[in-house]
Amino acid sequence: MAEEIAAPRQILPPPAERYTWLGWIQKNLFSTWYNSLLTFITLGLAYALLKPFLTWLLEQANWEVVEVNFRLLMVGQYPPDEIWRIWLLLYLLAAVVGLSWGVWVRGRLALALGLLLAPLLLALLPIATPSARLNLVAMDLVAVAASRLGRLGGPSLRRFAAWSWVIYLVLVILVVRGFALTPEVMPRVPTNLWGGLLLTCLLTVVGIVFSFPLGILLALGRRSSLPAIRAVSVVYIEVIRGVPLVTILFMAAVMVPFFLPSGITIDRVLRAMVGITLFSAAYLAENVRGGLQAVPHGQFEAASALGLSGFKTMTRIILPQALRIVIPVLMGQFIALFKDTTLVVTIGLLELLGIARAVLAQPQYVSYQREVYLFVAAIFWVISYLMSYISQRLESVLGVGER
Amino acid sequence: MQITRPSRSGRSTPFWRDERYLALLGQAVFLAILVLLLGYLARNMLANMRQQGLGLGFDFLKLTSGFDIGEHLIPYDRSSTFQQALLVGLLNTALVSILGIFFATLLGLIFGVARLSTNFLVQQLARGYIEFLRNIPLLVLLIFLYTAVFIKFPRVREAVMLPGPVMLTNRGIAIPWAIPTEAFSIFARFLGIGLLLALLVYLALKIYERRAGRPARALLWACLIFIMITVAGWLLAPAQPLALDPPRVEGLRLAGGRQMSPEFMALLVGLAIYTSAFIADVVRAGIQSVSRGQVEASRSLGLNTLKTLRLIVLPQALRVIIPPLTSQYLNLIKNSSLAVVIGYPELFHVSGTILNQSGRAVEMIAVVMAIYLSISLLTSAFMNWYNRRVRLVER
Repeated sequence: MAEEIAAPRQILPPPAERYTWLGWIQKNLFSTWYNSLLTFITLGLAYALLKPFLTWLLEQANWEVVEVNFRLLMVGQYPPDEIWRIWLLLYLLAAVVGLSWGVWVRGRLALALGLLLAPLLLALLPIATPSARLNLVAMDLVAVAASRLGRLGGPSLRRFAAWSWVIYLVLVILVVRGFALTPEVMPRVPTNLWGGLLLTCLLTVVGIVFSFPLGILLALGRRSSLPAIRAVSVVYIEVIRGVPLVTILFMAAVMVPFFLPSGITIDRVLRAMVGITLFSAAYLAENVRGGLQAVPHGQFEAASALGLSGFKTMTRIILPQALRIVIPVLMGQFIALFKDTTLVVTIGLLELLGIARAVLAQPQYVSYQREVYLFVAAIFWVISYLMSYISQRLESVLGVGER
Repeated sequence: MQITRPSRSGRSTPFWRDERYLALLGQAVFLAILVLLLGYLARNMLANMRQQGLGLGFDFLKLTSGFDIGEHLIPYDRSSTFQQALLVGLLNTALVSILGIFFATLLGLIFGVARLSTNFLVQQLARGYIEFLRNIPLLVLLIFLYTAVFIKFPRVREAVMLPGPVMLTNRGIAIPWAIPTEAFSIFARFLGIGLLLALLVYLALKIYERRAGRPARALLWACLIFIMITVAGWLLAPAQPLALDPPRVEGLRLAGGRQMSPEFMALLVGLAIYTSAFIADVVRAGIQSVSRGQVEASRSLGLNTLKTLRLIVLPQALRVIIPPLTSQYLNLIKNSSLAVVIGYPELFHVSGTILNQSGRAVEMIAVVMAIYLSISLLTSAFMNWYNRRVRLVER
């Protein structure tokens, strides 16, 4: 009859591949003759590009212009007596981030330490004043305390942590603007004094906060079964996506005064914010629509089988799933929005890039373009990169894309 | 137990609870509010314009412009009309967009493939390039390139000479250019005949290919025929049809060759490298979307590396690549409007000048938006058509 197949006597372990330094170099740099050639060409290219840059950076660059104008670049002409408000907001930011960390993320010690290291590194910069250093260190302590609190509270604080972000974003605008309780406490700061990185961040925050709901509405409108609403949404989205942001900003700056009854004027900064919001909403709508299309149709059917109304089906069943799917795309859109705020220089607002141009217009700094623009680019780079890095990490932590 | 059923004839749903009526009513109210709002805005606009003594209309486009434009592809001076100025701007936009798209695609392809290289150094260099460019605003890049690179080149007298000769100066960059001589018209006829013949041969071979069912290398033959006729035309023309015109310094100015202003160069380089970083990511995602099994299968069928790439990987990757690539092209075209900050006279910059000269804000913004919108719609229509051609046809 059938012979039994002899089982192997012992199960051998998989052959261990051992990496040595030389082995790694051989495998990754010199595996074939053309790879060796490429390695040498790349090395030569990197040397040719980096050497002049590094010599300039280390020997010729003069960062005095940045040091002298540091406050201007950060907050524009925001009154020095009111700078404490910005610090307050930064403290609150540390608290909200810490709380959310404790509630949702936990663990991930390396990433947490990395985030905590950022303010400390800023404190080590030679530009920092002693009080700024103190504030930066204290911010870290606040963040740690808040994350402990979030951890203790655990899931019961989830709702609170989510709302704290909404409240924070609204608070940002209120505190920067001031609500004039009494003339001495929190006086109004007129928007023409807002500037620098502060204005960049404000434009971003306002853009995100207001374009998000508008974008969701437009996305729902585009998928609506009512032809009139669908047509209006489609036209809005396609028109806005078909024109450059500068034309919309220009329209907001030049044409909005025409549209208003005579006598009423809208603040310049506010007009820019409206322009950015309207622009960003169209792009967000398309992203959200992608998420809505990815939710299987069975979800609608199941919800209506359970007797949920149309409104409840959307808010409780469909949107939570749709938004969860598109978190990465939305983050990408928000980063793009952050970078796009630079375009307000075309209508004369002094956000980070605008202030940089204003600084360079001073006669004593005319020839410092490299230093100033590199500094500006570095700030944008660091913030955008951090945003995308954190969003990638959060996606893996929160299990976005998995179900 | 008695079950009440809705009777067909008797009590049907009253109309105020009937979804069909409610939907109609809702839409009507929505449209009415929208129309009222737009009407209110339009009324305000007309009232404000009347107050400022402005009329509404596009007749002013036929007036004399009265301003100069530094770079123009068609004849233009300050006695030309606003309309011609707009056309100059539009052509400049087209020039920088087409060149930008070409270079951005080339660089994007190179860096996208390099990002997937097995060579660690090449891969990291590509990664650094992509990450650096993706995370800075385009406007910062453009202003940096303009103010810190292109106008910081030496003065014309001390121009940097690169082999070619290419001259780098703070007044722009000059490259050698070919200028047509009087024999060019004859040569041009040869070019036309060559193009026509090549096209005919291409179509004939394509038809043959379909009938006979075996590859006929139509493109190769068409190119060969075109090249042969071109060479014949060059040799048969009574004099050399094109003369090489190298750039040179004449006094304090550049002369000869083709000169490109620092504004144009900054815009072109900025747009090309910025968009190339995004295209590189699109290309990488496209190539990664082709499953490894496809490569292995084609290798086991005996196709070599090049053929695997050309016949198996790229056609499949292209399907994934085309839609996001389209939006990158559209972004590049729209981003060319940022030239207003560095002063290259493209569409948006020129229309800003017209707006200042004529004071017709509403009309000018409408015109500019309409032009950009049509460019976007045309481009996406073309890319959609191309996408349909390469799309996977499923049974």
